[in-house]
Amino acid sequence: MTAKIQLIGVKKRFGPKVVLDGVDLTIEKQSSVVIIGGSGTGKSVTIKSILGIIRPDAGTILVDGEDITHINGAARDRVMRKFGMLFQGSALFDSLPVWENVAFGLIQGRGVARAKARDIAIQKLAKVGLSEDVAFLSPAELSGGMQKRVGLARAIAADPEIIFFDEPTTGLDPIMADIINDLIISTVKDVGATALSITHDMVSARKISDKIAMLYGGKIIWQGPTGQIDHSGNPYVEQFIHGRAEGPIKMAVKA
Amino acid sequence: MNFFANIGRAVLTVLAHIGRLAQFTGQALAGVVSPPLYTRLIAAQMIRIGYFSLPVVGLTAFFTGGVLALQIYLGGNRFGAEAIVPQVVVLGITRELGPVIAGLMIAGRVAAAIAAEIGTMKVTEQIDALTTLATNPIKYLVVPRIVAAVISMPILTAIGDSIGVLGGYVVSVYNLDFNGTSYLKNTVDFAHQDDITSGLIKAAVFGFIVALMGCYNGFNSKGGAQGVGNATTNAVVASSILILAADYVLTALLFHK
Repeated sequence: MTAKIQLIGVKKRFGPKVVLDGVDLTIEKQSSVVIIGGSGTGKSVTIKSILGIIRPDAGTILVDGEDITHINGAARDRVMRKFGMLFQGSALFDSLPVWENVAFGLIQGRGVARAKARDIAIQKLAKVGLSEDVAFLSPAELSGGMQKRVGLARAIAADPEIIFFDEPTTGLDPIMADIINDLIISTVKDVGATALSITHDMVSARKISDKIAMLYGGKIIWQGPTGQIDHSGNPYVEQFIHGRAEGPIKMAVKA
Repeated sequence: MNFFANIGRAVLTVLAHIGRLAQFTGQALAGVVSPPLYTRLIAAQMIRIGYFSLPVVGLTAFFTGGVLALQIYLGGNRFGAEAIVPQVVVLGITRELGPVIAGLMIAGRVAAAIAAEIGTMKVTEQIDALTTLATNPIKYLVVPRIVAAVISMPILTAIGDSIGVLGGYVVSVYNLDFNGTSYLKNTVDFAHQDDITSGLIKAAVFGFIVALMGCYNGFNSKGGAQGVGNATTNAVVASSILILAADYVLTALLFHK
């Protein structure tokens, strides 16, 4: 069986700063993989490379066995329809009401009629626990937790095959974080999607993943089933998951 | 050695900037001619760019026409040529001041607004979100603004021209004791079709410059609130300078004898 997503030797540098230095990662179909790592280790760059927002300098990215590293235009749009993404700050379009945010990919990306797209949007909002009244508010009127839910509804609106979660619990209180974790698990299962998340919240990482990979120094330095993270035998992973200041990882203070 | 390295770095930065802008312009133009064209968004932008700019363009045109009449009268007075006021006002407004004043007003109003809006979308990842929703940000954000500005500006300028001439008329008739009927007759007789169309062509180009600069600076803003502030400033400054530079080039080309 071909892997859903495969990264082979992906490299990216910004000026003199090497961010990704040969990332190899395989994500099986319908699995949930979490990439952990400190701030500025290239977690976001990894996801953005898969999405084509950032073009890697070297390496290959395969989705369903298809090389998407250098595709553009209509071919890129076709592949993008497989993806949904929940952004760290939700990234809702503040010029549009909530329902149009959720229905955006349906209306613009797939040409679904507005009335029908609105019905789908309201269904998806119900799935993340938001009532119909919310659909006609503007995103600015919502709390951070509600915005995350709307972002999640938007990510799953078009029943994507692959969903990315960028720091899904950052900036939320512990209870809301747990609610979002539960929603991630249930929605991913619901649409039968493959999930790739990046986070530094270990509680969230343990809960939503079945495989964890740790990114450090531009490489995946450890990966394995979530259950084995406590027995990794890797000093970097040990330091990270226990949040110790002392250890082999030296935090760069200057970006 | 360091001195030369600095020069080299500065030159490279400028060239990189020009290259990025050329690439961006190419993408935007390609977006204009390839489907889908978001007509709903174009209409919304025309209202924001065109309709809501009417008061500011109208007011500035009125005062410009008025002051032009006054200056020509006072200047012409020195060699007994006060009577030339209607002709100079209509020529100055339609060929030059109408489109340039409208362009500069739009640069302040619209380029700033576009850069701030798109810049905020950029730093809050809304532009990345568009990509993940299988929507090309250039087509969705840039093309409607450029098309709307290129269509709106000549219309705005035509209205501004009329109000500018009216400003000259009001000052001349009520302040300088011109005869109203002969003022209007002189205006209409003297103005050529070319004077008006050349101004409207300029206006369309200025509209393109303003929308492009707003979008380009917005798309390239980074680093939060300060980055968006810088993008806004750069958009206004760059479009104002480019409008005046383009004005000279266009005048040389359009009135090439």
